[in-house]
Amino acid sequence: MRRSDVVQATLSAVHRAQTSLPPWVEDLIRQAEERERDPVARSQLQAILENVALARESRIPICQDTGLPVFHLQVGREARVDFDLQEAVADGVRLATEKVPLRPNVVDPLSRKNTGDNTGRGMPRLMVETVEGSGIRITAFPKGAGSENMSLVGMRNPADDPLDYVVQEVAKRAANACPPVFVGVGIGGTFDQAAALAKEALIRMPGTSDLDRGLLQRINSLGIGPMGLGGDTTALGVRVETACCHTASLPVAINMQCWANRMASSVVEEEGWSTD
Amino acid sequence: MEHRLKIPLTGEDVEKLRAGDVVLLSGTVYTARDKAHAVLRDREAPVDLEGAAVYHCGPLIRDREVISAGPTTSGRLTRYTGEMVDRGVRAIIGKGGLPGAADVLRGRAVYLAYPGGCGASAARKLLVRAVHFQDLGMAESIWEMEAADLGPMIVAIDSHGRDLYQEVGQSVQERLKRR
Repeated sequence: MRRSDVVQATLSAVHRAQTSLPPWVEDLIRQAEERERDPVARSQLQAILENVALARESRIPICQDTGLPVFHLQVGREARVDFDLQEAVADGVRLATEKVPLRPNVVDPLSRKNTGDNTGRGMPRLMVETVEGSGIRITAFPKGAGSENMSLVGMRNPADDPLDYVVQEVAKRAANACPPVFVGVGIGGTFDQAAALAKEALIRMPGTSDLDRGLLQRINSLGIGPMGLGGDTTALGVRVETACCHTASLPVAINMQCWANRMASSVVEEEGWSTD
Repeated sequence: MEHRLKIPLTGEDVEKLRAGDVVLLSGTVYTARDKAHAVLRDREAPVDLEGAAVYHCGPLIRDREVISAGPTTSGRLTRYTGEMVDRGVRAIIGKGGLPGAADVLRGRAVYLAYPGGCGASAARKLLVRAVHFQDLGMAESIWEMEAADLGPMIVAIDSHGRDLYQEVGQSVQERLKRR
C-alpha cells in the first residue's frame, strides 16, 4: 500500500475523531439526560450535548484538550507495508496538528519541552493487532489528560475482590475525569498487560456483559454525577477485559475516559483509503 | 438563581453568590494553568488581578482565534489558590473543584464550574486581547480574553464556605460504606 494513503487516512481519522463524537456515545449522553433527575446534573448534560452539536457543525475540536495521539491499528495478515508505519502515522499527526488544528500537547517527560507537533519519542502511540485481510484499519483514539491522569494499575492481593476495588477507585477519581465517564477495566495478565487491556476496553466500549452492567450500576449508584456536582449519571459505560494471570497475582487496571470517548476510523487498502 | 456579572468583580458581587447558583461572566478573563501559576510565584503578574477572573484553561488557539477553550482540572492548581486570592482574584473558573480551598476563598472569592470538555461552546464566548508569558507555549501561556456571557457556570464553592464537591464527596463515601 501507499505511504501517502496511510498519512491521509490518519489525518482524516484524527479530524473526525476530534470534531464529531461517535453516534452511540452521543446517544448514551442523550439517554442519560432524559433519565437524569438532578437539575444541575441535567444542565451539565445539556451543555455537553450543545457543545457536541456545535463542534460537529463547525468542524472544530469538541475539547481544547485534543489529547495524546493514540491509535488502534488492525493490520491485515496480507497487508504489504514497505515503509515505517509508525513514521507514516506520525506524519498524519503532524498534518492534523496544523490542519484540524490540534493543541500541541506532547512534551519530553523530563525536560517538559514541547515538541510542537504532537509527535516525539514513543508518540504517536500505536496499539497494533493482526487481523484477517490485506488492509489496515486505523482508529484514531485521542486521549485527554484529565481522564488519563485519573487512571491506575493496582497489583492487588488475589484474596481481594477486584470489582470492589474498581468501584472504590472510581469513587475517588471520577469527579476529576470529566464525568459522566467511561471506565475501561483490565483484570489479570502481567502488570503492563492489565493496563493495555483497560485501554482496549475503552476502544471496544460499550460493555454489554452482566459483569459490565453490574459495575455500571454500582458506579452510578455512587451519586458523583456529571462534573462531580452530584446526580444519577456518573458513568456512561463500563467494560471489563481479562487475561489469565499468575496464581499469586491480581493486576487490576482502570483506564478512565471522559464523556468524550472520541474515536474515528479509516481503512487503507492496496488501491487507496476510505473513511469507515 | 442566575447572575450576569461584569469583571472586575467586587466583594459585593461575590458575596451574593450561593453554591448552586448559575453565573454568566463578561469582561476580561485570564487563562492560567500549571506553568503560569508556577512562574507567577517568582514574577510580577503581567496583568492587574484585582477583581479578576482566572480561568484554569489551556486553550486551543490559531492565529489569535480561540478554537476550543474548555476548563482544565483545577485540582492540580489547588496549591496556588491562596496566593491568587491574595493578589485580588475574585473568581476562579475550572472543573473538578479545589479540594480544601473553601476556607481560603471564604469572604473573598468563588469557584465557578464550567462544564468540562465543552471547549467548542466556550470558544464562542471568548476573544483574544493579548497573550503573556508566550514562551510557555500555547496551553500554558496567560491568554487575556474578552468574555461575553461566558457560561452558564455553576457556583461550586461559594464565599460562605459551602463546597458542592466536598458535599458530594462526603455522600459518596457514605454510600460506599453502606454497601
